[in-house]
Amino acid sequence: MSPLAPLGALGRAVLRLLGEVGAVALYALSAVSHVVRPPFYAREFGVALIQIGWLSLPVVGLTALFTGGALALQIYAGGARFNAEAVVPQIVAIGIVRELGPVLGGLMVAARVASSIAAEIGTMKVTEQIDALVTLSTDPMKYLTAPRVLAATLAVPVLVAVGDSVGIMGGYLVGLARLGFNGAAYLENTVNFLETWDILSGLVKGAAFGFIVALMGCYHGMNSRRGAQGVGRATKQAVVSSSVLIFAANYILTELFFAA
Amino acid sequence: MIELRGVHKAFGTNRVLRGVDLFVARGTSMVVIGGSGTGKSVMLKCILGLVEPDAGEITVDGTEVHEGDHDAFLARFGMLFQGGALFDSLPVWQNVAFRLLRGALKRPKAEAREIAVEKLRRVGLSPDVADSYPAELSGGMQKRVGLARAIAAEPEIIFFDEPTTGLDPIMAGVINDLIREIVTEMGATAIAITHDMTSVRAIADNVAMLHDGVIKWTGPVADLDASGDPYVDQFIHGRAEGPIAAVR
Ligand SMILES: Nc1ncnc2c1ncn2[C@@H]1O[C@H](COP(=O)(O)OP(=O)(O)OP(=O)(O)O)[C@@H](O)[C@H]1O
Ligand SMILES: [Mg+2]
Repeated sequence: MSPLAPLGALGRAVLRLLGEVGAVALYALSAVSHVVRPPFYAREFGVALIQIGWLSLPVVGLTALFTGGALALQIYAGGARFNAEAVVPQIVAIGIVRELGPVLGGLMVAARVASSIAAEIGTMKVTEQIDALVTLSTDPMKYLTAPRVLAATLAVPVLVAVGDSVGIMGGYLVGLARLGFNGAAYLENTVNFLETWDILSGLVKGAAFGFIVALMGCYHGMNSRRGAQGVGRATKQAVVSSSVLIFAANYILTELFFAA
Repeated sequence: MIELRGVHKAFGTNRVLRGVDLFVARGTSMVVIGGSGTGKSVMLKCILGLVEPDAGEITVDGTEVHEGDHDAFLARFGMLFQGGALFDSLPVWQNVAFRLLRGALKRPKAEAREIAVEKLRRVGLSPDVADSYPAELSGGMQKRVGLARAIAAEPEIIFFDEPTTGLDPIMAGVINDLIREIVTEMGATAIAITHDMTSVRAIADNVAMLHDGVIKWTGPVADLDASGDPYVDQFIHGRAEGPIAAVR
């Protein structure tokens, strides 16, 4: 083995990664262009909205509820004991609304939705249903990708908003039941402290994460290799890549929104 | 009408098509025979633009298939896929009427459904199956739904990838007659792939044999038995010995 072989392997991996990034970027552009141009498949959009938004409510809600509760306990236990009654609601609100609501919500949606989109479209790909769509003069980008991407971009902010409320409620419940706080004071502290931009920024993050999740689900499904193994691989890659991209996008957006 | 000249296609090191030349005249049916895995399905996908050939020319009515309006081009085609390729999220009748429910050929729902039920009847399926989902049907029934979908919009060019595989002999006869009827009565141009020699004789005007990535022999179906080609002879008689290796 040549001493340069590891370098060569590294180079190949980097090239492959760059190629993949380029392909995803082109796919994203194409998806957006198909969202804004007719024809518009209303039925597919409706189904996607239900699948992505409505059916994700329980998992996002439960995630937010337990996170809000745990956060309240942590902050109380973690040294903010002076004036805890004011600090706990404020930190819970900021933490949930700005950061944990969108990120955890996005991750739960990635687990639930990116996987199911990738598996569905991947199966369609390996059973030639995508080819059949094309021969029936229907663009798969338009018929499969555009409705899902649009639905996820619109639905995830709503999920995040619900998650925000439920998360704050989690903190509230723990504050009342375990820490002996006053309920009215808790809510007052939360409401007075939060600013509109705190909430809006979280919703914008949610939209970005929804876009990422649906896009990666569709991209990996469309590029699925043949057979059950190919679909399995596509599903795994959709979940992993959308999760990592959510973290990356979260950092970038936080930097954009809040870096002084 | 459909002409392939020197079409090459390789998947990695697997050189599947190595210079395919084929001509199909308007209003005739061409049956392509050849061993499993020789690239018959790939050839049809090349014509439809689903698979990009590495080299060669494919023209329909004298125009390159990659030029011009691809949607308008595909609107002239119907395709029965080897595996059926039904959309499993849609009930059977919406599969059949897919083209009639959206796009340029869109018509009212009730009318589309009526056409779908009629096409299902033509492939020997009762109206009861119209509301089932593809996963609830047997393999042969799915195949026939795929066939109904391929002919639903009455395209001028229809490709059938193994239309009778998985059907009982009686149903295979019905489907053979149907394909023949579509070509002679509706004047459609058809390319069919089949391994079933009864089908070949029932459907074909002309036959082409694909082997080793090229068309080894082509001619009218009447000449099939007296082709004098050792590959064709071995294939139509199903002999294990001959120029075609049994392990591929
Ligand atoms: N998308 C693809 N990627 C890689 N290889 C492929 C692909 N499609 C087809 N092949 C290969 O091309 C060859 C020909 O496949 P094809 O499906 O055209 O065979 P066929 O002649 O239709 O066989 P059969 O009669 O069994 O259907 C096979 O070796 C197959 O593995
Ligand atoms: Mg085949």
